[in-house]
Amino acid sequence: MTTLSTKDKQVVKAFWAKVSGQGEEIGTDAVARMLRVYPQTKTYFSHWKDRSASSPDVQKHGRTVMAGVGDAVAKIDDLKGGLLNLSELHAFTLRVDPANFKILSHNLLVVMATMLPNDFTPEVHVSMDKFLAAVALALSEKYR
Amino acid sequence: MVAWTEFERATIKDIFSKIDYDVVGPAALCRCLVVYPWTQRYFGNFGNLYNAAAIMGNPLVAKHGTTILNGLERAVKDMDNIKTTYAELSVLHSEKLHVDPDNFKLLSDCLTIVVAAQFGKAFTAEVQAAFQKFLAVVVSSLGRQYH
Repeated sequence: MTTLSTKDKQVVKAFWAKVSGQGEEIGTDAVARMLRVYPQTKTYFSHWKDRSASSPDVQKHGRTVMAGVGDAVAKIDDLKGGLLNLSELHAFTLRVDPANFKILSHNLLVVMATMLPNDFTPEVHVSMDKFLAAVALALSEKYR
Repeated sequence: MVAWTEFERATIKDIFSKIDYDVVGPAALCRCLVVYPWTQRYFGNFGNLYNAAAIMGNPLVAKHGTTILNGLERAVKDMDNIKTTYAELSVLHSEKLHVDPDNFKLLSDCLTIVVAAQFGKAFTAEVQAAFQKFLAVVVSSLGRQYH
C-alpha cells in the first residue's frame, strides 16, 4: 500500500483547495484527453454516441470523476475504507482494468500542469502522483 | 515505419521551436528525479541529489537535461528515421549506462508535464496526442538494442 506521509497529505489538501473551484473543468479535460491520447480507453464507453471533449456524456463523466477525487481527498486518512463502495462498483460492475487508473491519473496531472503551471511544482507533482496511485490502489481493493 | 500525419509533424516541430532546451531539459530531468527518486540511481556521480532543492540547483543535472533535449532534437529533425537515429544511443544506454528502459517512459511523462505547463491551454488533447506519440517512438527506439 502506498503510504502517504503527513507532508504528502498536507500538500495534496493544499493543492486541492486551490484547484477544486475548477474541478469540473479539470475532470472533463482529463477524461477527454484520456480518450484522445489513449484510444484503448474508449472501449469502456462504447455506449456513448459522442466521445468528443464537448459531448455531454464526457463532461458529465469528468464531473463524476472529480467528485470522486474530491471525496478521496476528504478521506485521505483512510482511502481503503472510504472508497469501499467505489471499489465495489469498479470491481463488480464496471470492471475497469486497473492499468487505466494510471492512465487517467497521468491525464489529471497533465491538466493540472496546464492550468496551474506555477503551482504544480515537482514537490506538488510527487505528492499528487502518490495520492492518485493510492486512490487507484483503493479502487482496486475489491477486484480479487 | 511510423506514419506521421501533417498535423503531427507540424506540431512536433512547433513545440520544439518554442521550448528553451536549457529550461525545459533541466526542468524535465529534475522533475523525474524528484517524482521518481529511484531514477537517481543512474546519477551517482552527480553530487548532491539529497532533496528537491538540491536537485533543482544541481548544475550537472541541468547540463544533462539540456543534453537530453539536444538528443531529442535529432529525432525531430528526421522523424522518419528515429529508429536508426537512436540505434547507437540505444546501445549506449543498454551496454554502458545499464538504464532500465522503463525509465525512458518516466522521463517522457515528466517532459510531457513540463511542456504542458509551458503551453497551458495551447497544449490541447490533439497536441498532447502528437507529442506523446513522438515520445513513445523515441522511447521504443531507445529500448530497441537491449538484449
